[in-house]
Amino acid sequence: MKLPEDLFFSKTHEWVRYEQDGTAFIGLTDHAQEALGDVAFINLCDEGESFEFGDVIGDIESIKAVTDVYTPVSGTVTHVNDELLDAPEKINSDPYGSWLVEFEGVARNEELLDAEGYEKFLAETE
Amino acid sequence: MSMLIFEISKPGRRCSTLPKCDVDFVAVPEEFKRNIPMNLPEVAEIDLVRHYTNLSRNAFGVDNGFYPLGSCTMKYNPKINEDVAALKGFTAVHPLQPEETVQGSLEAMHVLGDRLCKITGMDAITLQPAAGAHGEFTGLSMIKAYQLDKGETQRNKLIVPDSAHGTNPASAVMAGFTVVNIPSTPEGTVDIDALKKAVGDDTAALMLTNPNTVGLFEKDIVKIAEIVHNAGGLLYYDGANLNAVMGITRPGDMGFDVTHLNLHKTFSTPHGGGGPGSGPVACKAILAPFLPAPVVTFNNGAYTFAKPAKSIGRVRSFYGNFLVYIRALTYIMSIGAEGIREAAENAVLNANYMMEMLKDSYDVPFGGPCMHEFVLSIERLKKQTGISAADIAKGLVDKGIHPPTMYFPLIVPEALMLEPTETESRETLDNAIRAFKEVYAMAFDNPQALRDAPLTTPVGRPDETTAVRNPILSYTVNN
Repeated sequence: MKLPEDLFFSKTHEWVRYEQDGTAFIGLTDHAQEALGDVAFINLCDEGESFEFGDVIGDIESIKAVTDVYTPVSGTVTHVNDELLDAPEKINSDPYGSWLVEFEGVARNEELLDAEGYEKFLAETE
Repeated sequence: MSMLIFEISKPGRRCSTLPKCDVDFVAVPEEFKRNIPMNLPEVAEIDLVRHYTNLSRNAFGVDNGFYPLGSCTMKYNPKINEDVAALKGFTAVHPLQPEETVQGSLEAMHVLGDRLCKITGMDAITLQPAAGAHGEFTGLSMIKAYQLDKGETQRNKLIVPDSAHGTNPASAVMAGFTVVNIPSTPEGTVDIDALKKAVGDDTAALMLTNPNTVGLFEKDIVKIAEIVHNAGGLLYYDGANLNAVMGITRPGDMGFDVTHLNLHKTFSTPHGGGGPGSGPVACKAILAPFLPAPVVTFNNGAYTFAKPAKSIGRVRSFYGNFLVYIRALTYIMSIGAEGIREAAENAVLNANYMMEMLKDSYDVPFGGPCMHEFVLSIERLKKQTGISAADIAKGLVDKGIHPPTMYFPLIVPEALMLEPTETESRETLDNAIRAFKEVYAMAFDNPQALRDAPLTTPVGRPDETTAVRNPILSYTVNN
């Protein structure tokens, strides 16, 4: 599957989409949903909470396991995607269209990979 | 699907005809009477027998066939255990009886505790916890009480490797600790450098399984223990994998301070949708004052219940799953010290035999000899054929084999984890190896058949996602 060019990726398989206004949307990559299998539940942090890069912002439960979700950026959560909490299967069907949380006050994280870099990272770790 | 016993119930049906009552009827006092009648199923004996016989035929247990469920030690449970546990002296007692009238039962508990301490290299024990995770919670609560008693209130971190059993971090959180995960080395063992970085004056303990969850013995265990002890922490041994080392080495000698044992795994008592389980916790003398109350002691020629000085309190009603103790004690006494060691040796031998025989088709992510269990990875097969670990497992069901543990440990993608145990014969292992290879070949030759498997069971592929999201856990009786 082709990776969206406008996203950046963490080595823990989260994606981030930076917006013009300094906010950013976070989600899980196609590789992450593929490895997890059918997602049954997702628990996310509360709106208003602040996190540093690499902090746990929630956990995701598939029929195989429960895994932590790490934030690829630092900042404060302004929105949690409530719709996703009720329909977590969307993470499987549309991983890049299913954002988990929105952050504000986000600076670019230089440790993240672009689409090409993430693709290479996936190829190397296999 | 079969109907529930409540669904086949018809008012007035009975299993037995009782003789006419020949004593005066005494009414239950009003205040003790139920407001609504008890809803018990009413069935004839023939329907009752058929109902449960058919249910038992829809289930699969170790008495049906090979059950290599990794991390679960599904060894055969000798029937002599049942004979002894059924003895009147053990079954016709009440937990509230005075101690002097149940000396035999107390002696059985004391002897079992003593044997388990010898096997683990520990000084004191509680038999109370009802299962493994309950034992973890108990042992960790004792560590917490110990650290607090020493005034070390800042020690709230519990270090757990990323290969650990899922119950480890869960029990740690339940006991009030914050979990610190440390990564494994590419070889699957504890990363010593990561451990050194993780320990500090906030370390309460390290929780470890040895052999670990990928079936490897932590060779640096003495060094690991030293690092944790020097930092002021204690070591908790997850006894789930004791079957690999019992009679050969002991958690107490490796440097561990406390351990739980799974009698329902290592000591051949029933488990898996049945049980009940039993998870005694054995500890070094420094933790003995914190053991749950009561413990069995022997003073002046009599067995009595006693409360340890700084006991964390009771963790189970009465004395735990007593008849499970009798089964475990029967097992230990019937095979003896030599048998305990031989069981471990054969468990390791059987696992290595299967691993070696499967190596030419399946991928073994961690090389070298394994302990009592081993991990296969289906990742490459999945890329080649689209067949997943779950599909392989379903295919094995049609071969009359219980699937191995799937998708665990988490550090191996598409993992299958096999633990054949010592009780299986060479012939059983050879048949299973053949079945594993046939299913592997099917992934290439007829993948659709594997995706459709199993065809021989009452239930094929239940919708697991819906079952997890919307579990129906109760049945409402229509009156």
